[in-house]
Amino acid sequence: MLHIKCPHCGMRSQNEFSYGGDASIKRPKLNKEISNEEWDNFVYNRKSLRGKHLELWQHLSGCRQWIKVERDTATHEIFNTYRADEEIS
Amino acid sequence: MQKYSIFNLVKNALSNHENWDLAWKDPTPKEEYDVVIIGGGGHGLATAYYLAKEHNITKVAIIEKGWIGGGNVGRNTTIIRSNYMHDENALFSEFGMDLWRKMSQDLNYNVMFSPRGIINLAHSDAQMNAYARRGNSMRLNGIDAVLLNREQVKEIIPMADFSENVRFPIFGGLMQPSAGTARHDAVAWGYARQADSMGVDIIQNCEVTGFDVTAGKINGIRTSRGNIKTKKVGLCVAGSTNILAEKLNMTLPIETHLLQACVSEPVKPILDRVVTFGAGHFYISQSDKGEMVMGGDLDGYNSYSQRGNLPTLQHVLTEGIAMMPFLSKLKMLRTWGGIMDMSMDGSPIIDKTHIDGLYLNCGWCYGGFKATPASGWTFAHTIAQDRVHELNAGFSLNRFSTGHLIDEKGLGTKTWIS
Repeated sequence: MLHIKCPHCGMRSQNEFSYGGDASIKRPKLNKEISNEEWDNFVYNRKSLRGKHLELWQHLSGCRQWIKVERDTATHEIFNTYRADEEIS
Repeated sequence: MQKYSIFNLVKNALSNHENWDLAWKDPTPKEEYDVVIIGGGGHGLATAYYLAKEHNITKVAIIEKGWIGGGNVGRNTTIIRSNYMHDENALFSEFGMDLWRKMSQDLNYNVMFSPRGIINLAHSDAQMNAYARRGNSMRLNGIDAVLLNREQVKEIIPMADFSENVRFPIFGGLMQPSAGTARHDAVAWGYARQADSMGVDIIQNCEVTGFDVTAGKINGIRTSRGNIKTKKVGLCVAGSTNILAEKLNMTLPIETHLLQACVSEPVKPILDRVVTFGAGHFYISQSDKGEMVMGGDLDGYNSYSQRGNLPTLQHVLTEGIAMMPFLSKLKMLRTWGGIMDMSMDGSPIIDKTHIDGLYLNCGWCYGGFKATPASGWTFAHTIAQDRVHELNAGFSLNRFSTGHLIDEKGLGTKTWIS
């Protein structure tokens, strides 16, 4: 079982969270012409690589906040967790 | 190639079975091939077999990182069916059902195809209506479908929970009598043996490390056992699709997820059908050895680990016990996981790509095993003719940008919400 450190609540079991997918995907900017390719990349296309993966989780049975988690997709090691609005360099 | 028959069995018994030929050779890679298939799973082996058999292309190599039978072809729950509503999936899968029925004779290898029927249980009136609609669609496409009421289901699977006060009472079910199971290892071995006998090189323990692409054309691949020249490459690597796509600078509508399965200790025959729970995601059948073979949901987050996580297993088995309470008495024998290429609409991709000579076969989600023959057959056609067959025309890569999704189960883009 994964143990995820919610930046708001502390270390909690995976059972309290729900998954939200790749956190590096950015929605195309509003009020500008958006090509089909840009929409395609935003809605469907994912890198989904082996190794470090920045992803969204929601602490659904806790504070209900969305958070970002940096996790290894092969070993499940969690390197760091962030608030959803934190910019990650 | 030595034919497998009762006479050969008797003959070899006299010499203590020490003189059988190897089922397939262990060649060193040649410098050049007409077609290279990356991935020696069921789909890759079937593709090579049909390239040789249907298109007379035998200068073919299968490049496999691990060993034959070690990937998803040996990790699935062996269910074969074509109970789809949408034409693309239905016609493709029903074409595959025909290949399944002939497979043991065709490959001279007993794949133990057992058309025992699959029952999808319904737990509400609305679900019965949805199943009636799906069943009608299936029958219009020439697929057998029978809508069963509660009493009819009870006659077939009396061990399920038919009590009145359960959370998800059984209202009835949709049955495809011609669906069933087959021995998955035999499918891999049968295809490998036949492909090898027609001249295909099966190269195991060989990892693809890169591609030679110039001016939008594929010229060869780089592997851990040297470079190989070829004009045509077929990608058939399931959960590793994204890793190879990155080497080609492609981003695909695919996420790699872990799917678990498990078997109980062997027990006496109790279940002679495949049954799926309709109020969640759980399926069960009984193997010839007597084990109850079970599976269900993805682990729920991107994963390459090939090892399952217990919360998902617990969730899946809770559904199983709700459906068939006797399961709680059984001991678990084995659990395992495989990495799935989850496409964004739940349907596969068999298509050409923007790179000349590069062909893509991926996105099999929960249903890769049953598609093995049809996938190999259509992929071989796509590679040999350099154009898609009408059976896989719908499984295009660009359907996501054009909006022609094949959204069979309404899972939409969130493959992990199921």
